[in-house]
Amino acid sequence: MFARLLPLIRKEFLSLIKDPKGRMVLIMPPILQLCIFAFSSTLEVKNNSITIYDEDCSPASVEISHRIAAASAFSTVNYVHDLSDLESDIEEGNSLLAVHFPSDFSKKLSYGGSPKIQVIVDGRRSNSGQIAYGYVSKIINQYRLELAQEKGVEIIMPTLVTRFWFNPNLIYLWYNIPGLLVLLTTVVTMIVTALSIARERELGTFDQLLVSPYTQWEILMGKSIPAFIVAMLEGLLIFSVGVGLYGVPFEGSMLTLLPCLSLYLISLVGVGLFISSLCRTQQQAILGAFCFMNPTILLSGFASPLENMPHWLQGLNQINPLMHFFAISKGIFLCDMSFPMAWPHVWPLIAISIFTIFSANWIFGHKVG
Amino acid sequence: MHNRRLYAFVWKELLQISRDPSSILIAFVLPVLLLFIFGYGISLDSKELKIGVVCASQDSASNDFISALKGGRYFSVTESSSLDLLEDQMVEGRLHGILVLREDFSRKIAQGESPQIQLIANGSNPQIGKFVEQYVQGTLQRWVLLRQEKKQANVVPSVEIEPRFWYNNTTNRRYFLIPGSIAIILTIVGTLLTALVIAREWERGTMEALFASPISRIEILLGKVIPYYLLGIVSFTICLAFAVLVFGVPFRGSLWVAYLVTSLFLLGALGLGLTISAASKNQFLASQAAINAAFLPSFMLSGFIFEIKSMPHWIQMLTYVFPARYYVRSLQTLFLTGDIWSILIPQMVALSIIAVLFMAAINRKLKRSLD
Repeated sequence: MFARLLPLIRKEFLSLIKDPKGRMVLIMPPILQLCIFAFSSTLEVKNNSITIYDEDCSPASVEISHRIAAASAFSTVNYVHDLSDLESDIEEGNSLLAVHFPSDFSKKLSYGGSPKIQVIVDGRRSNSGQIAYGYVSKIINQYRLELAQEKGVEIIMPTLVTRFWFNPNLIYLWYNIPGLLVLLTTVVTMIVTALSIARERELGTFDQLLVSPYTQWEILMGKSIPAFIVAMLEGLLIFSVGVGLYGVPFEGSMLTLLPCLSLYLISLVGVGLFISSLCRTQQQAILGAFCFMNPTILLSGFASPLENMPHWLQGLNQINPLMHFFAISKGIFLCDMSFPMAWPHVWPLIAISIFTIFSANWIFGHKVG
Repeated sequence: MHNRRLYAFVWKELLQISRDPSSILIAFVLPVLLLFIFGYGISLDSKELKIGVVCASQDSASNDFISALKGGRYFSVTESSSLDLLEDQMVEGRLHGILVLREDFSRKIAQGESPQIQLIANGSNPQIGKFVEQYVQGTLQRWVLLRQEKKQANVVPSVEIEPRFWYNNTTNRRYFLIPGSIAIILTIVGTLLTALVIAREWERGTMEALFASPISRIEILLGKVIPYYLLGIVSFTICLAFAVLVFGVPFRGSLWVAYLVTSLFLLGALGLGLTISAASKNQFLASQAAINAAFLPSFMLSGFIFEIKSMPHWIQMLTYVFPARYYVRSLQTLFLTGDIWSILIPQMVALSIIAVLFMAAINRKLKRSLD
């Protein structure tokens, strides 16, 4: 059977790469993503500006200001001398955070009163703001403890020794590469499978294929295999650049990654075929693929942690192949996940493949008949 | 320019859009779906971290600390006597961190020495790993302060830190995510859909047929821009209504400014879409180019989720090229703060420049195609 398929596959490949612009489209995205998106996706909080309005100018407030300014989250400090300057700094987005020491700060502090420090955060960037606020409150509390110790109070502060497993220095690139492996292979597989059938339909050549001696299964295979091979090659490219050039560790084994990646690509091919079985034109196929990719990428766990989703959405997300493969990819890259450990995420991929491929085949059969 | 002719041409395009189910899907259904995902599915901060605690001895100090962890709003705590068991759970991704309190924890505290607490945090998601460390550190610090205050009142100078999250005082993540997501949605409508539809016209040769008609080049351009512009404006209105009415995001700016900024953004996005379609003349290429040149940057490089200031310097420079950056900034300001002209005017100037550049590019591209 494979020998019969070969010419069909060859023809599909030719139509993918015969056009120089078409080649560009298969080659540019992975390069672009590896060069830019691998480095741009970071939720770290750094290089921010902070505004300090110190009405007190006492040793205590100056000391706290210095410590805040030294934190790595803040690279620029604006000292202002007016409340309205502080307000406009926040309003115009010049500073992420502003700290206001009232004029009685040190007086109250030394007489055992309870002075207030106001920390104003730009709520438009509430995510970074919350993290930065955490740094500031930690610095202030640390200062309080030290003051007490200076006064001769014995304070026992347990030391916290933190070790980060799987990514000891919390490097975002290590997290991004397994994620890009998912993103990139998804875009390529979906667009190529969904489009190749829709294009033939639109041009009317699909009917010619159907009356050829090929069976319907063979036609679907002929359409799927090239998409699978292109996506596999791009996946391997991401892998080699990520591991070879960027030095992302690969703790797991290729013997786990390759079967999982193959199963994942098959499930995507299934989804692509399913979409194209429903579409009459290329435009519908692309937009259909896009309507599939958008929610599934967002809910894959790459952009935001899954645990924060409401339970009904987590349940619904079980049919999202990207979610399963991102868990596998991250697991194999960083945590040395073995095949049995990956199994809870592998079988849904198999189920998705079987469901989509058989329904696509059924719909094709019934549309022609 | 011929007004009636242009009107008829625009009307024909609008009819074509309204009869194509996939355009309707993209312009009206996908935006609502995406807003729901951003509203319910995406959250960057972690409200509940799962940590395991191994406590070697059940004494007062360690129990006290564990209840402080449980009492805070950040953790759901699993206690176990076996570190191996918890480690397995962490490898499987079911735990975010493990705290190990040694048996000398209480004894050392009683003797006035500082004991060591070991935290093994799951770094496979760096963001969550950071949160685990920060929250454990914070809880520990508060616990020490509280204990000290209980023991001897007034020896630790107290300082009240009063946080104020302006524009978003409950730190509602929707306030932060939904305005930005509108930029993504309009990029899809403005660039992807337009590139695709016009590429089909090139592919089928109907574009050339148009050039052969008495319609002038400017009219063709307007005839293509106006319908998709209107579609984008309707899409924006739907998003705005959903954001305010369904998700309760405040809108503190003026509507006319929002529509003005949106128009400027849409003109740039449409210009890019048309340029892509004229350059590729093929739906497959156009869709790939639109995804890579417009959609992914609007997601990754607009500052909507990933902070631009945290990116490497050269990528920060690159973000200035993409209109989404300016649009996200404007929307976040208009929704949450108001008409802050010192922010809005630079964004609008940048958006106008981009719009003019793309319109000029497509105008030239069309001229050359005629040859």
